[in-house]
Amino acid sequence: MYEKDGEKYFVVDSHMHYWDASPENWVPGAEQYAKGWIECFHAYQSLGPAETHWSIEHFQKYSEEDTMKDLFTDGHVDVAIAQPTYLREWYTEGFNTTERNGELLRKHPDKFRLNTRFDPRDGDAGMREFERNVEEWKPIGAKLYTAEWNGDSRGYKLSDPECYRFLERAQELGIKNIHIHKGPTIWPLDKDAFDVADVDKAATDFQGLNFIVEHVGLPRIEDFCFMATQEPNVYAGLSVVLGGLMHARPRFFAKVMGELLFWVGEDKMTFGSDYAIWEPKWQVEGLVDWDYPEGHDYDDYPRLGVEGKKKILGLNAARLYDIPVPAELQLRGDSPAAQDDAELVEREVAQA
Amino acid sequence: MTVLSDTRVLGSNAEAAAASTGTTARVWEALRSVRDPELDADVVSLDFVASVSVDVSGDSAVAHVALRLPTYFCAPNFAFLMVADAHDVVSAAEGVSRADVVLIDHFASDAINAGVAARAGFVTSMAGTEVGEAVAELDELRRTFTERALMAGTDLVVRPLMREGATPEQVAAMALGDAPASADLDRLRRRRLELGIPSSDADPLVVDPSGRTVGVEALPLHLRKARSYQVGVDANTSICRGQLAARYGV
Repeated sequence: MYEKDGEKYFVVDSHMHYWDASPENWVPGAEQYAKGWIECFHAYQSLGPAETHWSIEHFQKYSEEDTMKDLFTDGHVDVAIAQPTYLREWYTEGFNTTERNGELLRKHPDKFRLNTRFDPRDGDAGMREFERNVEEWKPIGAKLYTAEWNGDSRGYKLSDPECYRFLERAQELGIKNIHIHKGPTIWPLDKDAFDVADVDKAATDFQGLNFIVEHVGLPRIEDFCFMATQEPNVYAGLSVVLGGLMHARPRFFAKVMGELLFWVGEDKMTFGSDYAIWEPKWQVEGLVDWDYPEGHDYDDYPRLGVEGKKKILGLNAARLYDIPVPAELQLRGDSPAAQDDAELVEREVAQA
Repeated sequence: MTVLSDTRVLGSNAEAAAASTGTTARVWEALRSVRDPELDADVVSLDFVASVSVDVSGDSAVAHVALRLPTYFCAPNFAFLMVADAHDVVSAAEGVSRADVVLIDHFASDAINAGVAARAGFVTSMAGTEVGEAVAELDELRRTFTERALMAGTDLVVRPLMREGATPEQVAAMALGDAPASADLDRLRRRRLELGIPSSDADPLVVDPSGRTVGVEALPLHLRKARSYQVGVDANTSICRGQLAARYGV
């Protein structure tokens, strides 16, 4: 929870990692990739405030204590959604697996929600692994990297038949939220890597799932915006947008926020720190303090007020993940009872 | 901007030194025509040129160019495109007998450099490497990004007109020659030409990426989208510049 000027913000960090990229975990023969990957991540950190930069050694492997302190003690976060990234070809035990995140969940069940993942190209074996993970960890979300190369494959689409099989199974198993990485180029990619047409199709066909597009499709933010504005179950995941731009390039950040507020809207934007690339503390505080810079460049963008910031920082994600929010941290006049009433009215209108 | 530039002269006569200096300048100038398609900016202003040197020996002048990118994992297809384009323009620069263009500090450096150096059918020469088939789609990729550059460029040219009070009706009726001269307008014309869209003074100012005129009804949404494209390019460019600065201390 973060409090500023008498307003209290419930904070859900909906996109964070708990990785091990230390040299001991590099796959022999693939060291240059493992090293290149973490150095690339580390360079992203440089876009945040100087006092939040870490040494590369600390960045390669940080402890559970570091994580708890950076997120919850210092970072104002109430609940964090731990997202997996496997990269087993480079990291012996994986970069950031479901199991590794599970260590955090086991010790701090009230602080974390755990997401798992699947790769439809892994076929039946991948399906069994996915099912095992769901059974063991009871996640209601999954993180997918459609641009990842796998064997001879240069990526896949959410709209591929094999992926539909996994999405159908995910829905049966109680998964509600699919986070998709559509973002900056830190991996071999082909021309389809940022194409969001597959999200468009899947979101239409799977109305029971929410699709949170992490990094909002940068560098093709406009394609994402034009799509998301038409799909009620598509969300803008702000990881990288905040961390990469808010401090380093405030004017560009303001324009990106303006675009997202215009096309997507404050009800469908979710805060994610992308920890440990960036710590949440400065991002939460910065967003609460944020307003457009002076100048006419921003005149025709929607404004973002206190209520909108509360939604983005936590309430939207809390809704997606069924995270209970204390009454004093709800929007004014928006208690759970009021939400039920609103749904009732909507249903009655729909039936009439 | 800190860019390494040295002129190595084999032999010591002043004439060769002068020739080398002039050639080095022409190589830099030529590199200004090579652009990152994603960012729609040239590799010199993006600081992607790590070094240029020209070795002069007798009648021969070999231009050595090293390119660098913001990260080890920058998209290899874009990387390939820039190295191949740089190889082409440097080879064609006056006074250059041979170009040696390499990409440094990239996971696919070896494959890309070998492919570009081999030159003959580089797509096939890349097969079986980690870059693989991605480079087979370069032309399509280039077109996609040129279309995006057209949209973003439209925002840069038209937004100031609207701010000065031009109405949608006026903008929809404007020809290219009606817009005030600017670097942004020149660039918009070049992108249109690359897409095969007529770009004389008499041609319509606002067209979609297929070259169709945008009527007054569709204009507000078209311009709203054009602005989103421009914001996307700006945001991406700022992240890339930040990464490059972190990596090379520039």
